[in-house]
Amino acid sequence: MQLTLWTYEGPPHVGAMRIATSMREVHYVLHAPQGDTYADLLFTMIERRDKRPPVTYTTFQARDLGGDTANLVVSAVRDAYERFKPQALLVGDSCTAELIQDQSGALAMGMNLPVPVVPLELPAYSKKENWGASETFYHLVRAMVGSAKRERPQRSAGQRPKANLLGPTALGFRSRDDVREVRALLESVGVDVHVVAPWDATPAQLQSLTDADFNICLYPEIALTTASWLQRTQGMPFVKTVPIGVGATRDFLTEVGQLAGVDVSDALDAAQSRLPWYSRSVDSTYLTGKRVFIFADGTHAIAAARIARDELGFTVVGLGTYSREMARDVREAAQQYGLEALISDDYLEVEAAIAAAAPELVLGSQMERHIAKRLGVPCAVISGPFHVQDVPARHSPQMGWEGANVIFDAWVHPLMMGLEEHLIGMFREDFEFGEHGSHHGKAPAKRQEPEPLLVAVAAGAPAWTADGEKELKKIPFFVRKKARMNTEKFAVERGIAQIGVDTLYEAKAHYGK
Amino acid sequence: MTGTALPVVDTGCRDVPVLKERGQREVFCGLTGIVWLHRKMQDAFFLVVGSRTCAHLIQSAAGVMIFAEPRFATAILGDRDLAGMADCNEELDRVVRQLLSRRPDITTLFLVGSCPSEVIKLDLAKASQRLAVEYVGKVRILSYSGSGIETTFTQGEDACLKAMVPALPETQEQNLLVCGTIADVVEDQFTRLFRELGITNVQYFPPRRATQLPPIGPNTKLLLAQPFLNETVRALQARGATLLSAPYPLGVEGTTAWLRTAADAFGVAPERLASAIAAPAQRARTAIARYKPALEGKRMFWFPDSQLEIPLARFLARELGVENIEVGTPYLDKLLVDAELDLLPRTALSEGQDVEKQLDRCKAAAPDLTVCGLGLANPLEAEGMRTKWSIELVFSPIHGFDQAGDLAELFARPLDRVGRLKV
Repeated sequence: MQLTLWTYEGPPHVGAMRIATSMREVHYVLHAPQGDTYADLLFTMIERRDKRPPVTYTTFQARDLGGDTANLVVSAVRDAYERFKPQALLVGDSCTAELIQDQSGALAMGMNLPVPVVPLELPAYSKKENWGASETFYHLVRAMVGSAKRERPQRSAGQRPKANLLGPTALGFRSRDDVREVRALLESVGVDVHVVAPWDATPAQLQSLTDADFNICLYPEIALTTASWLQRTQGMPFVKTVPIGVGATRDFLTEVGQLAGVDVSDALDAAQSRLPWYSRSVDSTYLTGKRVFIFADGTHAIAAARIARDELGFTVVGLGTYSREMARDVREAAQQYGLEALISDDYLEVEAAIAAAAPELVLGSQMERHIAKRLGVPCAVISGPFHVQDVPARHSPQMGWEGANVIFDAWVHPLMMGLEEHLIGMFREDFEFGEHGSHHGKAPAKRQEPEPLLVAVAAGAPAWTADGEKELKKIPFFVRKKARMNTEKFAVERGIAQIGVDTLYEAKAHYGK
Repeated sequence: MTGTALPVVDTGCRDVPVLKERGQREVFCGLTGIVWLHRKMQDAFFLVVGSRTCAHLIQSAAGVMIFAEPRFATAILGDRDLAGMADCNEELDRVVRQLLSRRPDITTLFLVGSCPSEVIKLDLAKASQRLAVEYVGKVRILSYSGSGIETTFTQGEDACLKAMVPALPETQEQNLLVCGTIADVVEDQFTRLFRELGITNVQYFPPRRATQLPPIGPNTKLLLAQPFLNETVRALQARGATLLSAPYPLGVEGTTAWLRTAADAFGVAPERLASAIAAPAQRARTAIARYKPALEGKRMFWFPDSQLEIPLARFLARELGVENIEVGTPYLDKLLVDAELDLLPRTALSEGQDVEKQLDRCKAAAPDLTVCGLGLANPLEAEGMRTKWSIELVFSPIHGFDQAGDLAELFARPLDRVGRLKV
């Protein structure tokens, strides 16, 4: 039993819903009690989808237990088939149905429906949403492709190579826009997109996956299992680099070039992102060494760390993921930044880690947005779980050249602009300027002063003299918290009991900046 | 479509045959009640004992209300709990200790059962008794079930309040107990009105602080502010209280009848009532009149959601001239809607749900406005239908005279909107 205030991921059957909802001509019969239909509104509200998710819930009640629940499955499957006539049917259990062991998948298989029925066994008490999505996608692809090796049609001379894009899903962070961006990227090097799946694909299209020359695994959380299986059984190689950021987009194109046998050097030379120049322009000097904490799904966390360090010149002070399946990759990535990865789905643990790292920018999910708001730190959302406002009307990809532009804007805008930071330093003594003179209108609510989050040092913590406190107040508010923290740490390490003006400046000299 | 004549106010819906349906229900489970109950009783904490789905449901239903550490959480069952490797009761005690040591400000803890905890027969009543001994004098520990196999949406509040009934102190005094969560501002309005009627011993249930439980006894009169407290009413009756049967205080007519029922029960002279409500009732009529042109003659279809459907349909039909095509409700308990059924002009009534069939009926009827949950609203809008999402009717202050105009506006707004948009 685990005490949980907020969860990053839903249960695995919600992952299965994401696959079903992404696709056309698929229907999902979910053996579930009343209430589980709440998941519909994740799609209709957060993503403003204009259709109900293609899910039929059996809606069993207490009085059905021990009696009729298996019959409910059969009638729900029959009715759903008759009404929706899907090309393929997914059948599985929610957490409660798993306990009553009706074998819903087997029951549906036994009904001899004229379409493929894919039974889903998604253990709800040990696995979570992304895993459920991955498994569902894998089993559906397996059911449609079959495990026999298929002959790929010979590509005639002059015919462009074809790739499948695997992994974009409903409720995937910016999936809609990433698909368009990656399609354009491939187009620019003469590669055609064959099937995008699960996003907007039909089961019939899944059957033709093997007609492509190779696969592109855009979201390992969702598609790595499937891409690996297609490689193993069908000999289809796949591109592993996720093109988020300028460097990763370059690597991606290079990898595509190798697999497709096309020359990508022109595309690399013509790289259209403004990020490199924006990062080099003088206003961006204020970004130098900004302390950034990153916590997200595995794909976006790893990509964000690379961009933060190599493309924006930040210092990565924390890196982690809630995605256990991606733990190894995130750990490896963290090592490159001299960090130990935070692998946790405990929201409170994440909050404590962020507070302890005292970052100047948080990159995370909707959860981290709330943590950052409480801590008074700017934040940009880079991954699910996300909010309706993270599904913008405009084209707003994360991948490819335009994705890098979007990322530059999205991460830099929450920060104080360079010149502005400078002005605040100049005018901070001006009584009219105060601490509210930023282009953000009001300073973030409750930019609490010391808020001794870090005063785990509490016992025997050094005290500030009146002079020391006064001098500390002269430091611009947006770095004051860090200055206080560093000074206290400095004092504790040296056994200084009273922090005066001198200690403050000695610490400043010691830490720099 | 506009009706040419007002619907005939006839014999009401008392004898209308009710279409009872079973099938897929697009309605929340009782856990959702935690979203408003934890805001009403700010010293209480709700610990759901359930699955990741339960945790995900509550946080999705609560939307973006993640401003502070919430006063609800889930003890998520894992494989070890189910396989019997971990004793669920020991695990639960550990989680409760962990929680209460984090939150010393909590005075009442509700252990809330879920579908999985019910199915594995984890006895939360026993657990709460066990833990109550450990925390005696510090934290009151109660339990109820909000599971979807037993409760639908607002029934969660019913189960929660019922669990509190045994803890209510005994009184011999005559008092008025208003049952059902209503917004604090509405409570204050009602308290002022009752005072003008000379009814001063008024309490509300649930109270604003879980430690300030209202007293109950043989001279307690119950007045329901919400139409979903079946079990709570029966438990309160068992402790001697008398239920006053009244329409619900929605709209001018409902609020007037509701107050009159209390006034009659407390022997208040009709003139005193008339003078006390004259001004606020007139204000409400003025406020409602503004929306009548938009709503009059409009045809409305109600999907089941919060149990408020029948009283709301009555208000819209009788005070705004709406024509109801079908009024769906999750369940129909005549004990609670008797007075409403007499007032509701004849319409088709349905109980329970088979959402696909109901959608077929709705689309065939082509109503001007469909009242439904958020899972259905955008898909119906995309098909060109106008919708009012029902959950707002649970989360907004809608009761009483001074909210009657706001209530009408909630229904007029989607129609106003469609008139404004040129794209």
